[in-house]
Amino acid sequence: MVYDKVNKPIRRIDGYEKVTGKAKFAADLFFPNLLYGKVLRSKYPHAQIIKINLDKALAYPGVKAIITAKDIPNNKIGVIIQDQQVLAQDEVFFIGDGIAVVAANTLETASKAINLIEVEYKELPGIFDPEEAARKDSFLIHSDRQNNQVIHHRLRKGDTEKGFQDAEIILEREYSTPFVEHAYLEPEVVVAVPYEQNSLVTIYGSIQNPFACRNAVASALKVSLNKVRVIQNHLGGSFGGKDEVISSMSVRAAVLALKTGQPVKLINNREESILESYKRHPYKMKYKIGATREGKLVAMEIKCLADSGAYACQTPFVTWRSVVQATGPYELPHVKTDTYGYFTNNIYTGAMRGYGSPQIIFANESLMDELAQELKMNPLELRLKNIYHNNSITASGQKLDNHTVSLEEVINRAIKESDYINKYQEYNKIQSGDKKKGIGMAISFRGCSLGAEATDAAGAIVAVQRDGSVLISTGLAENGMGLKTVFSQIVAEELGIELNRINYMEVDTSVSPESGSTVASRSTILGGNAVKLAAQQVKDKILAMIAAKYNLRKENLYLKNEGIYEKFNPQKIISYEEMIEVANKEGIFLSAYGWYKAPDIFWDEEAGQGNPYFTYVYGCQVAEVEVDTATGQIEILKITAAHEVGKSINPACLKGQIYGGVIMGLGYGIMEEVETYQGYIRNTNFDEYLIPTIKDKPDLVAIIVENPDPYGPYGAKSIGEPSLELTAAAIANAVAQATGKRIRNLPLNLERVLLGHALSREVNHDV
Amino acid sequence: MKKIKINLTINGKKITLKVNPQERLIDTLRDRLKLTGTKEGCSIGECGACTVILNGKAVASCLVFTAQIDGSKILTVEGLEVGGKLDPLQQAFLDHHAVQCGFCTPGMLMSAKALLLKNPHPTREEIKTALEGNLCRCTGYEQIIEAIESVTKD
Ligand code: FES
Ligand code: FES
Repeated sequence: MVYDKVNKPIRRIDGYEKVTGKAKFAADLFFPNLLYGKVLRSKYPHAQIIKINLDKALAYPGVKAIITAKDIPNNKIGVIIQDQQVLAQDEVFFIGDGIAVVAANTLETASKAINLIEVEYKELPGIFDPEEAARKDSFLIHSDRQNNQVIHHRLRKGDTEKGFQDAEIILEREYSTPFVEHAYLEPEVVVAVPYEQNSLVTIYGSIQNPFACRNAVASALKVSLNKVRVIQNHLGGSFGGKDEVISSMSVRAAVLALKTGQPVKLINNREESILESYKRHPYKMKYKIGATREGKLVAMEIKCLADSGAYACQTPFVTWRSVVQATGPYELPHVKTDTYGYFTNNIYTGAMRGYGSPQIIFANESLMDELAQELKMNPLELRLKNIYHNNSITASGQKLDNHTVSLEEVINRAIKESDYINKYQEYNKIQSGDKKKGIGMAISFRGCSLGAEATDAAGAIVAVQRDGSVLISTGLAENGMGLKTVFSQIVAEELGIELNRINYMEVDTSVSPESGSTVASRSTILGGNAVKLAAQQVKDKILAMIAAKYNLRKENLYLKNEGIYEKFNPQKIISYEEMIEVANKEGIFLSAYGWYKAPDIFWDEEAGQGNPYFTYVYGCQVAEVEVDTATGQIEILKITAAHEVGKSINPACLKGQIYGGVIMGLGYGIMEEVETYQGYIRNTNFDEYLIPTIKDKPDLVAIIVENPDPYGPYGAKSIGEPSLELTAAAIANAVAQATGKRIRNLPLNLERVLLGHALSREVNHDV
Repeated sequence: MKKIKINLTINGKKITLKVNPQERLIDTLRDRLKLTGTKEGCSIGECGACTVILNGKAVASCLVFTAQIDGSKILTVEGLEVGGKLDPLQQAFLDHHAVQCGFCTPGMLMSAKALLLKNPHPTREEIKTALEGNLCRCTGYEQIIEAIESVTKD
């Protein structure tokens, strides 16, 4: 199928305002009588609050209001479990918990005033290790719960005991991954405006999920959803990160705005952002694998422990994706997987690009290389013997028979492009000098969209205006990945019009159809389908109208190049603009609402089996590295990333997603770690929390493999997360080859490469 | 606090301001002049989002006190488009998909512009060095380099 507008590297429709500085991000919004908020946060990771004295702060000139937990009608929020305090009530559970918020005329005044708030604490012992939290004799972090377990998911297939008896080789290994910061370049900002238009309160902000934010604000204020309006437009990166933390900030700003009757802007600086915002879950993972001498896998037993930190946040769903995908894309008759999340007094953890997959992929793909080494087999060969093909049965018992299982294809493409086979052999030979090279690969399968985690549906409005221009509105938000462009391409394709006729509206919860969250790489497949359905309805109305007017058969008509044509007749029947005039005259309503609900899936939590996702994407990345064994310095030379995406709507945006994901994955592999010590966070800005710079960028090759999916719009699936999840594992395997030393803990930093362990660092209490 | 009188030329326009000695250039631009194209990502000179061109050189405007730059010429992202015509770098960023969320983009453009003012045909390494202080969490830098090279190659 040849398309006109989709499958083309069309320029971003929101590019102009971004290159000229005209794009307004939340911090760029100003309102009359604007007040500035500042949050006083906890001094300790775990403490009882005995007394709060606001008198001095309230008396400070310029201070308009101060709120504490008492001022919030319903102080607990949360998408899955409502356990997150908007402001600490009697107890602080982690170092980023807020205690009070000041609103003042200037940010400077608000910042001074929070230092005048007197809080009397009783410091309490804390739990900072999920293993300790899991122990029976540990104290309860949340006293209203039976134990410290947030969640336990299981997956069971066959009989692992029997499987390990049949195995000729068994390996047991432990891996771990750290806390990681999203490090979106724009720190969190919200502005709450009271009594604007007909809403009680309107929230503008750097909001990843406007509807989740609205739910939180309405429930915290105890008002109905239609009283709260959330508007999102430009967002300076999110990667899963601007969700619960933004909801909490929005509630604080809303309460202050209603209390003062003035708009309130709440801005996190970078330090506040890193202290307060949730992180990627650290995992401790125990893997046991059994195989035959020929390299056929027979059994796997996996146990993963996730640190949820102070609140449940997204832990129940993050660990669920892990339980489904923990074996990697390998056929196995016997599998037993358990994933757990535990509360601790660490910073809380939530959604971050990958969502429970980068951790387990680091483990299972390291393990495959370790097994290959034991079997004296090439890692590629071992993988090829065991990977999923069409009609394979996954660990959860799902038959992969409704889409093309492209694993072998992505592997072949990446292997060929990277010259893996030759280089692997070459680097296996003894290398002279301190600098040693290595090459490593990693592969994955990834369920698209939310899966059986939650109801999965999205809506879109396509509205043709009197002059033929078009407005699109959906509830899914542009996080920077190119969603506005991709959705506009779909409408342009369906209506046969140019992109400059289309305007993509900001997400406004009072207008846009609620579409769930812009997460799980679901926007193209879910939102794309909704937009396409809406556009197709509009198209249908146009064709019916023209067929009736000219007495033609509707099924022979089509829209293209700004006009309406009949099959086998190159002559245009009527131009798009003339058609619009006809519609205006005849009073035909050329707008439609599209609603797409994902195909049915199911998960049996008890049996640990099911069809958790309706389709999957496949990826293979190969990393080539050079390690200076004298200094421990790792240089990444090249990353080759082959990803099957169904169909690419915009290959240039797609490549951008791959490059960006790979570099974020590189950071995860060799540099990034939020260093915590007894609940305190040490590195709170970019001078100490290092993310990859342009100098860290190796040669990147992105390979897009297309096997259209029956469920995707034009066959398109996902890319945002798959691109990130493989890189660290591929690098770890390359480093292991180069050094002959296997590192089982991320990040693979200097000390680990050189000494085999990380140096522990002292942490100041007054960070 | 005693305010200090300052003359500046910003994007070709002469202005006179009275500022506190502590006022940072980024605040002058964003809060006072509402030139919000310049972004704040870290406030300590590590992210480059606040980069502007000060007397021909790229600087982090979060580290500059306005009171200390009396008489200077400043170019911000708002000054790149002249008479409705995009700067070749802006056009290249659009053409090469060098923009995702766009938060780093103004700073990237200003660092790149400052480089090209000095060195119109930089090597790839020189481009990387000039942009080393500009973090981007979205693009992986690949298309940003491609965009800049498309301007410098011909
Ligand atoms: S805000 Fe100035 S360098 Fe980051
Ligand atoms: S485009 Fe988002 S930080 Fe660069």
